[in-house]
Amino acid sequence: MNKEAMVQKMTDMMAKFVGFTGKKLPDDVIAKLEELRAKEDSPLAKVIYDTMFRNQELAVKLDRPSCQDTGVLQFWVKCGTGFPLINELEGLLKDAVVKATFATPLRHNSVETFDEYNTGKNVGKGTPTVWWDIVPNWDGCEIYTYMAGGGCTLPGNATVLMPGEGYEGVTKFVLDRMTSYGLNACPPLLVGVGVATSVETAALLSKKALMRPIGSHSENERAAKMEKLLEDGINAIGIGPQGMGGKYTVMGVHIENTARHPSAIGVAVNVGCWSHRRGHIIFDKDLNYTITTHTGCEL
Amino acid sequence: MVTYQDGKKILVTPISAEDLKDIHIGDIIYLSGSLTTCRDVAHRRVVEEGREIPVDVRNNAILHAGPIIRPLENDKFEMVSVGPTTSMRMEKFEYEFVKTTGVRVIVGKGGMKENTANACRDFGCIHCVIPAGNAVVAACCVEEIECAEWRDLGMPETLWNCRVKEFGPLIVSIDAEGRNYFEEKKIEYNERKEAQIAKISAQVGFIK
Ligand code: SF4
Repeated sequence: MNKEAMVQKMTDMMAKFVGFTGKKLPDDVIAKLEELRAKEDSPLAKVIYDTMFRNQELAVKLDRPSCQDTGVLQFWVKCGTGFPLINELEGLLKDAVVKATFATPLRHNSVETFDEYNTGKNVGKGTPTVWWDIVPNWDGCEIYTYMAGGGCTLPGNATVLMPGEGYEGVTKFVLDRMTSYGLNACPPLLVGVGVATSVETAALLSKKALMRPIGSHSENERAAKMEKLLEDGINAIGIGPQGMGGKYTVMGVHIENTARHPSAIGVAVNVGCWSHRRGHIIFDKDLNYTITTHTGCEL
Repeated sequence: MVTYQDGKKILVTPISAEDLKDIHIGDIIYLSGSLTTCRDVAHRRVVEEGREIPVDVRNNAILHAGPIIRPLENDKFEMVSVGPTTSMRMEKFEYEFVKTTGVRVIVGKGGMKENTANACRDFGCIHCVIPAGNAVVAACCVEEIECAEWRDLGMPETLWNCRVKEFGPLIVSIDAEGRNYFEEKKIEYNERKEAQIAKISAQVGFIK
């Protein structure tokens, strides 16, 4: 295949994949929602879960986006230096979003800042968001796709704590966000927490944490312990599905961390809503692909 | 009017103040009849500019939402996808809005505050939430879009007057007595939060 044909092929595949993720939730999210649904017994929580599952069925059946807010598209790219389309990748992802916007259809969610107009194509300056990780001596490419809706973007927050505030301060920072903004972000939520050295390092990690499969744990023993404590703690607040009360408020809490300056603890929180539309696809150098998040998805 | 079908309590427009008497916060109800999407700028026009709302919502329902609509032939439209938007943005207008328009049911996402609760109590109105993120379920409850007004506002802000059938489930968040589900719940949540912060903090003293 020549370069041009390859670019076309990958653009089409990514457009289809993005559209697909707007209609069907990933396997781990569906499994977790089923688990939480079974554990709720109040009539309100039950009727909310029934509606959610009926909606997801109808979305697939009628081939429509399951939530009207298809978000801003965000991509985490882990690209090998030898991947043949490394130079074209960022451009083709943008084209794929435009294509998916009209084919799916996706809502127009890109408003140029300062000029304050909606581009009508779902792309703009810096959107879709593309974050790069370069992998030396590899010829493949791994991409996480994510639809960041408005409601679940709002709780995002980052700050720098003084060491004296410690992990107790981290706890308060996260829990305060849950009762103020979490309610409206369509729980049950997936909560991402970044603990690092500054606002931007923590913020980036808090979003990256949302790409991890539900049920995964931090490799650091204490961080894993804190994930569990926060998960149980937020559940115990009783916010429940849609903030209307229930036994379970989160699908999980994921913490990502780096080392920090001795005088600072950077901390950030980000949430994904119940409609956590994340996808993961891995390409080899010939564009053969593996999708890890959605069984049965063919492009 | 209130009817019951398959164990569902259904409000059918036109709705009277009397119909809302037995509806309380936390109840699950459905709506059939006239529902008009109405959000930020439409509220501003009615309340701040004193313009008359071009769709009659008196004794009917409004929905805080910006839908995805597909135009059909002969000035007809199809509802592709519709989900509630955060009601709180309309809070500052809602007392005057309910007073002038006579709307009986407001549907949206998340809670609202005193302005709306007072309107509900003073004029006989309720605020309900429809579980968000369920755009296909909601769109499927729309039988027909009967008219579209204030189209100059663009697709999300246009007043789309829909005929709906058993639109819901709707969970009552403010009732006609002015009780407010989310505000009552928030007190509980905040109390439990403080207890959890203390509990977790006792176990994360990693800096020694
Ligand atoms: S928070 Fe998520 S599920 Fe809720 S409306 Fe926004 S995108 Fe949809």
